[in-house]
Amino acid sequence: MSDATPAAARPPEADASAVDTRKEQSRWFRYYRTNGRAMNAFLTLVIVWAVFAVNNPPLFLNPVFYNAFLFSVPATIFLTTSLVFVIVSGELDLAFPSVVGAAGGVFMYMVMSGFPVMGAFFLTLGFGALLGAGIGLIVVYGKISSLVATLGLNFFILGLVNLLAQGRTISAPDAVGTLGNRILTGKFELLNTGLQVPMHFVWSLLWCLFCFVLFKYHKFGVRVQLVGDNTDSARQMGINVERIRVGVFIFSGIAAAIAGAILVQMANMVWFPTSGKAYLLIALAALFVGGTPTWGGVGTIWGALFGAMTVTLIPSGAVGAGFAGYWTDFLFGLVIILTMIAHRFSGARVR
Amino acid sequence: MTVRKGEVLGLLGDNGAGKSTLVKTLAGVHDPDEGEIIVKGKRRTPWTPLAARDAGIETVFQDRALAPQHSIVTNIFMGREITNAFGLTKVQTQIDEANRLMREIGFTSKVFNPESTVGHLSGGERQGVAIARALYNKADVIVLDEPTTALSLTETQKVFRFVEAVKASGRTVIFIGHNIYHVWEIADRFFVIDRGREAFEGLKAQFDGADHLIHMMHQLAETGRADTATLKSVA
Repeated sequence: MSDATPAAARPPEADASAVDTRKEQSRWFRYYRTNGRAMNAFLTLVIVWAVFAVNNPPLFLNPVFYNAFLFSVPATIFLTTSLVFVIVSGELDLAFPSVVGAAGGVFMYMVMSGFPVMGAFFLTLGFGALLGAGIGLIVVYGKISSLVATLGLNFFILGLVNLLAQGRTISAPDAVGTLGNRILTGKFELLNTGLQVPMHFVWSLLWCLFCFVLFKYHKFGVRVQLVGDNTDSARQMGINVERIRVGVFIFSGIAAAIAGAILVQMANMVWFPTSGKAYLLIALAALFVGGTPTWGGVGTIWGALFGAMTVTLIPSGAVGAGFAGYWTDFLFGLVIILTMIAHRFSGARVR
Repeated sequence: MTVRKGEVLGLLGDNGAGKSTLVKTLAGVHDPDEGEIIVKGKRRTPWTPLAARDAGIETVFQDRALAPQHSIVTNIFMGREITNAFGLTKVQTQIDEANRLMREIGFTSKVFNPESTVGHLSGGERQGVAIARALYNKADVIVLDEPTTALSLTETQKVFRFVEAVKASGRTVIFIGHNIYHVWEIADRFFVIDRGREAFEGLKAQFDGADHLIHMMHQLAETGRADTATLKSVA
């Protein structure tokens, strides 16, 4: 203490009971603060739908138009919702498309070896968890940036699967229509409307509910958010940061395995090694349109559901609304950019 | 260094004297290089943040260790959520408990409640969140690492009220500070360290005011030792 303590540092004499001029936040404001991103994502879906629908009302009001939509959206839902956990924890997973392909192959191999579809499905989930754990361990304990590590692993696993399958497509027509197949990806008509609801759409909604509870109320989900918000704080408060991080990769692996097994069955039990490849950018776009910010700590499961629906609706919706096929990418980009700006208004980062 | 039950010990020292290292070791963030940690007669290895909290030592870090994008209640229960058998958090129980802890230190306002986002609070209020968190789990010793650094006068006053409330509850407080006047106002006893070792200590009553303490710290900084003969003797 070589310098005298300045007068400004003397004991504070200010009146601590000075009037607090801040206003109490209304319930609605607080609700919007918490759920604004999911609400924006929902609004995006409604607006995109409405813009398409006014161009061709008879088509968009006909339930049959949505058959293809309900059939194809679940895979994106499974992938996007699990990515919420990864991004919120402060990591990035670009390896999930390869897990989709690998898990689909494992599922197919088991079905061809005589496993019942249901049994093969659950074993495939175990495989996805193991592969996810492997990816997570490399990222977390190898101390490699998850962007780089998972990018490399995506190519590596995809390449390995391609080598093992020697680039061939595999099919198992005998398993089509078995009980397990019908439970997982069968269809039922909704109230004589002509709308065919696929079972995997129902499962994907239940999966969202499960993810929501896990994310918002379970210790694991809460800690994922805390680790992503402030890693050092989480560590100081005794949270095992590494375990949580590996956990999100395991979770992502399980979801990718579900998507892999579902995709095979959607194609009537046909598997090809690169079956997950197309989902990389789609799922990430859905995630961000869904309102989960890139910086970690916060995210929304319901937003991810709406985001997945929006990105699935755009290609078929654009064509249905009379846009030529080459408009799709443009509209896709436009929606992503506009939604990002909307999210910016509803929730800037608080520090 | 001894700390007595129910007192506020002011831990002082120049930059680099080892205050923060000592705090981090107490908190379990650093493992001690040598020696061992014995709590209530039991040896504790490994010494981790959870072990420290388990032993009844709660630390409020300089950077407060908060997650700003989350609610007060989530921050209070960070790392030790109240859950049921399935690991699901008991939302209402946590809110009630957070309310109780916040009231205990007088950390209440009509502009925020346990569900408010920490990032929207002022510096002193964030310190309140960290102190309320430290009170949970019936901690015996609460370590406050420079809780008033970078705070305005009004905010500092708020933090003092929180610390007074903690002291009134009978818990032991170790208050680390850079601003000697702040420490003087709140502490019962002072412990000064220099280059990782004890330099001198004394009860508040042994000094002729804060300036006496500052004078001794000047001496320590300039000559390497302080003249403890100037301390008054107390019965």
